[in-house]
Amino acid sequence: MTTTQRDYLVDWQRKCFDAGLVGADIPSEYGGGGHQGFQRIANQEMGRAGTPFMINIVGLNMAVPTILVHGTEEQKKKFIRPALRGDEIWCQGFSEPGAGSDMANQQTMAVPQGDGWVVNGHKVWTSLGHFAQWMILLARTSRDHKYDGLTYFLSPIEGHPGVTVRPLVKMTGESGFNEVLFEDAVIADALRLDDVGKGWTVAMTTLTYERGAAESAGGTSGERVPPIRQLIDLARKSFRNGVPAIEDPATRDAIVQRAIVAEGIRQNGRRARVPALCDHPMRLPLQSKVTGSEFSQDNAKLGVEIAGAHGTLYKLDRNAPDEGHWPLAYMNSYGHTIAAGTNEIQRNILGERVLGLAKSK
Amino acid sequence: MASSGAPKDFGFGEDEELLRDLARKFLDEQLPVEKLRALVAADPEAVYERGEPSTWDEGLWKQIVELGWTGLAVPETAGGAGFKAAGIVGLVEEVGRHALPSPLISTLNATYVLREGEPDAAAAWLARIADGASATLAITDARGSWAAGDTDVSAREEGDAIVLSGRASFVQDAQKAELLVTTARLGDALLLCVVPSDAAGLEFERDHIHDLTRDQASIGFREVRIPTANVVSRDAATALERAWPSVLVTVAADLCGTSEWQLQTTVEYAKHRKQFDHPLGFFQAVKHPLVDVMIGIDRARSILYHAACCIDEGNDGAETAARMAKSAASDAGAYASDRSVQLHGGIGFTWECDVHLFFKRSLHNQLLYGDGTYQRQLLAEKLLA
Repeated sequence: MTTTQRDYLVDWQRKCFDAGLVGADIPSEYGGGGHQGFQRIANQEMGRAGTPFMINIVGLNMAVPTILVHGTEEQKKKFIRPALRGDEIWCQGFSEPGAGSDMANQQTMAVPQGDGWVVNGHKVWTSLGHFAQWMILLARTSRDHKYDGLTYFLSPIEGHPGVTVRPLVKMTGESGFNEVLFEDAVIADALRLDDVGKGWTVAMTTLTYERGAAESAGGTSGERVPPIRQLIDLARKSFRNGVPAIEDPATRDAIVQRAIVAEGIRQNGRRARVPALCDHPMRLPLQSKVTGSEFSQDNAKLGVEIAGAHGTLYKLDRNAPDEGHWPLAYMNSYGHTIAAGTNEIQRNILGERVLGLAKSK
Repeated sequence: MASSGAPKDFGFGEDEELLRDLARKFLDEQLPVEKLRALVAADPEAVYERGEPSTWDEGLWKQIVELGWTGLAVPETAGGAGFKAAGIVGLVEEVGRHALPSPLISTLNATYVLREGEPDAAAAWLARIADGASATLAITDARGSWAAGDTDVSAREEGDAIVLSGRASFVQDAQKAELLVTTARLGDALLLCVVPSDAAGLEFERDHIHDLTRDQASIGFREVRIPTANVVSRDAATALERAWPSVLVTVAADLCGTSEWQLQTTVEYAKHRKQFDHPLGFFQAVKHPLVDVMIGIDRARSILYHAACCIDEGNDGAETAARMAKSAASDAGAYASDRSVQLHGGIGFTWECDVHLFFKRSLHNQLLYGDGTYQRQLLAEKLLA
């Protein structure tokens, strides 16, 4: 993302906030709309209209809901409105080189000093880190306990002494996220969220929202063309064994399979709000991260297959169909099947919390 | 896609919930799996070696008739309960979850088709079903075509009687049904008629099938004479087309029920069976497939409720939704069946383990009226046009 794109998106979020489309369900004393159930409708309408995504996605989906649950009155007053308005961009500091799926294995240390904390450590896969003013930071405050030794901070990033943000290059060659180094960075104790040693509990709140299992503060991106329509359009202009791919029975079957999965995701969302039709309250919400990310991945993979020989072409090639969208989307889709807890971890959670199977370590 | 006015709860309100919960409680009490096993699987040689008919509990069926389930889909004007599809699929899921051997599913499906006949002609038959008569569709040819109009039965008119000859194949629960709802070709017209199963000239030839929880037959029509009043439509193709979404969701609901039983039963086994000092479910090679079984079932169930809702709303998208539901439920059923045997290990491969009962019922329903691939082939004609 360029700074021009960033500025455009920040401006867009601000307009949406002023129009009441962001933070609609957040209490008005913290700058929100003070409604109930409005955000879902706003998200639906924005999705339908194909609006740009909200740049402060981490702020809206993770920081704001977590601060609302665990923050002090001062923290709520200080952070929520600027996050909703896009004035302050947030990033997430949970992942480390040695703490991916095993998230509790945090090695970033926060040591108390005066009325603050001295932080040293290394965070990775930090989306938006180069634009962010703030980070939701999970750090270790005790080596004696794996889970109870963690504490949650709201850490300043941009221009903060001891904090360095460096870009990481993705497998596609694009730079999409960052690593963040903390070298004797000082964080005031007023920026600690909830109690010392409560970091794991607070982080679970964040993950509940990140994984889409609870309604967040707003803003989903809409795709101008639904993915199934994109695949159909591609199959019309692609060829397979000399005939348009749209006439190939295997391709037709594969596209209809995608349409059925799309309908399933849509109707799961509808059913999740009808308790009488849900056997376990978390059974559908906890599936949404797995089904959503694998849906996108399978769509992109099918697009590459339908493109055939043209699926080899990078976006710089003038013959690449749909500006080279399909292979790039396919590779980028792994971001979603890995991030926010790999889908393998999600399947553990589903197996353990919903089906009641033994914990897999 | 659901229209913006579609009910958020799929039309599944208090009445529907009560019906589903009553069905669950009744079947939990009346047909626990031990009883089902004793009923249909007491002797492995009976059905498969000696070719005897599968057994069912007629006393339980009488209770079901008294509960009024045969008339659930019969309109109130014809003396039935006039239940919405939203409610009926909830009940049928329970029927599938208990693998109930009965003519209930075939009766519901025959009812859906009769409802699309000429109202005056169909009313009396619908009333008989509401009073407890069982029925089934006899509309499939010997090739096993699911297309409306592919029939091997022909009709000729003789005064005020119709004479039927030929053969209807793959008739579900034929031996339990009192009324056959049959298609027959008469010149250019396709008749829909009701033939009492004791009519002279009918020859039942029982199919030897794997599923122990139903029967299936082909029925010869040897100059079967019925009054013209038994003809409920002279455009059976249209009647079948209009009824078909309801027929598909009924089978899909049964599939969702058997799949859920397979999931829960296999999960229980994975909680208690230990290997390498751990319950099976500790191992991700067991845990993750079970989660995928659940994901498949939930996809099918959500589309199922959506399809039922489209039917109740008279939505144009009902056929698409119903074919999607049947496709998703067939595929979910195939995977749930596959893992239910495999994850039970050696015991899962034996007669004494109950999973085979549900495996076979599911397989039968996966194939009935077209499997997932078949549904998608027809969906492609609509969606990719």
